[in-house]
Amino acid sequence: MGVPLSYSFRNLWTRRLTTILTALGMALVVFVFSAMLMLAEGLQKTLVETGSSDNVVIIRKGSATEVQSGVDRYQASVVETLPEIAIGKDGNPLLAKESVVIISLQRRVTKQENYITIRGIGKSSLALRPQIKLVEGRPPRLGTSELITARSVAERFEGSGLGETLRFGLREWKVVGVFDAGNTGFNSEVWGDAEQLMQTFRRNAYSSVIFKLRDPNQFDAVKRLIENDPRLTLEAKRENRYYAEQSEMMATFLRILGTSLTIIFSIGAIIGAMITMYAAVSTRTAEIGTLRALGFKRLSILTAFLLEALLLGGMGGCTGLFFASFLRFLSVSTMNFQTFSELAFDFRLSFDIVWKALAFSLMMGFVGGVWPAVRAARMNIVESLRAT
Amino acid sequence: MPPIVEIINVSKSYRRGNQMIPVLIDINLDIEEGEFLALMGPSGSGKSTLLNLIAALDHVDSGTIRVGGVDITALSENELAQWRAVNVGFIFQFYNLIPVLTAFENVELPLLLTGLSRKEREEHVAMALRIVNLEERMDHYPAQLSGGEQQRVAIARAIVTDPAILVADEPTGDLDRIAAREILDLMDRLNRESHKTIIMVTHDPKAAERARIIRHLDKGFLNNVYSQNPH
Repeated sequence: MGVPLSYSFRNLWTRRLTTILTALGMALVVFVFSAMLMLAEGLQKTLVETGSSDNVVIIRKGSATEVQSGVDRYQASVVETLPEIAIGKDGNPLLAKESVVIISLQRRVTKQENYITIRGIGKSSLALRPQIKLVEGRPPRLGTSELITARSVAERFEGSGLGETLRFGLREWKVVGVFDAGNTGFNSEVWGDAEQLMQTFRRNAYSSVIFKLRDPNQFDAVKRLIENDPRLTLEAKRENRYYAEQSEMMATFLRILGTSLTIIFSIGAIIGAMITMYAAVSTRTAEIGTLRALGFKRLSILTAFLLEALLLGGMGGCTGLFFASFLRFLSVSTMNFQTFSELAFDFRLSFDIVWKALAFSLMMGFVGGVWPAVRAARMNIVESLRAT
Repeated sequence: MPPIVEIINVSKSYRRGNQMIPVLIDINLDIEEGEFLALMGPSGSGKSTLLNLIAALDHVDSGTIRVGGVDITALSENELAQWRAVNVGFIFQFYNLIPVLTAFENVELPLLLTGLSRKEREEHVAMALRIVNLEERMDHYPAQLSGGEQQRVAIARAIVTDPAILVADEPTGDLDRIAAREILDLMDRLNRESHKTIIMVTHDPKAAERARIIRHLDKGFLNNVYSQNPH
């Protein structure tokens, strides 16, 4: 058996102030680290949850998003004839030819202009997304200048609340409903009739065609059919995969930014831990000598001091995570680089982030503590005992 | 019966800058089992160095030290640590208790290096604290004890593993007269009743009087003259 754990723990407790300050330094780093990962996780989760694996998104070959895509009317009608498309309760195919445009709206509070996605929908668009619930008003009537807005848009942007009027494309658009799309990308959108929007923005082509598969296992066959048809210049993606791909660039950016910031901060925290641990070793030289005299081996001393540094790191990690966990109650919105429009999402804490943050904090403790611990273990017994 | 400690032609020197300073020169000494030996001499005479060598805290330059028949000069660093845990009990001038551990935990420390169960350890610690008459203060931290009490805890820690020898470096050097007398009484009792072999370094003639044999060191040499106290 080695030096008891209580020895390491109580030594930290004895130097409470130094311990707390050092742990707080590490906590700050873990907070930043966790916050950035939570942000990336929230963004990814939001976009992934936007899509359903039963739905297929058809866009122009080579275009990453609906914004860049164009599906002309002829090609859309070819897709519409596919027998693999599910039939809705009304007997019509569960398919929607949609058009996506981006407009600028003014925030209610800051008056700042932000880009918002307007989705032109067809009559099956709502049926294709059962996660979307109309919470106020009614659906827009096709063939009119009526809109429905996502709750987060309705709350934050001028003219987008129920009964209000938005002005774009030289027309006035009346908001007749507000929908709740949960934590999905649709929660940052405004929906209206696709044909009306295409006329307004002088578009001849849809942005995408969305349909539900009769049998989700037929996706590969449908994809092959569409992509090999010489009349079509389109590609098919499962809807959830399509949105996951959209999130990758932004999430990767956030992760790289988070990791870079964390690495810079962690150097400071590691130096802090190292100073604390060197001070601990130097004030406990006689104790180290005594333990060695009593028969504790160098490895036991090394382990005791390393454990102390790891405890310090662990405390910092838990504190940082504790404060970061409150970020879950915050919602943020940012520009989605791939669609150039506003996307609202929450910070998400996952088990993966918890273990990564804890592992990172323990790593800081280890790196900060390893040299002082080695120094303690290498001390000469007689010289250490003279330090009494 | 062979002596418990045999010191044969031991020399030790320290480096100071480019110079080698001899501290012990060709020391030969036998200590019988159950002996209470006091090592005396002026500062720098090498008495603490000799004690450190017997307790395997330091290495000889030349010569051999056998304790209980084991040549400790031939053991590796890890073997020495293990050997000390079993065979040597330490009593230091400044007690050297671990401040963040209670009296009980301090006494238990050497037992953590044995294979004893928790219950067995508790029994051993309780017995050692009973011998030094501090059983009721086992939950106190060193800072809550007087100097004399701290040294008694240190003695309990030294005897808890029932080692072959007890080494004491100025055990009364930091204590007042009354506490010093109590500690010496305790050491005396351990020697007489439990037949513990005690090797004590001291400046204090009053402390040395308690030993059965007093050996003097001077400038690294062990005087052949030694006094035997009547007991």
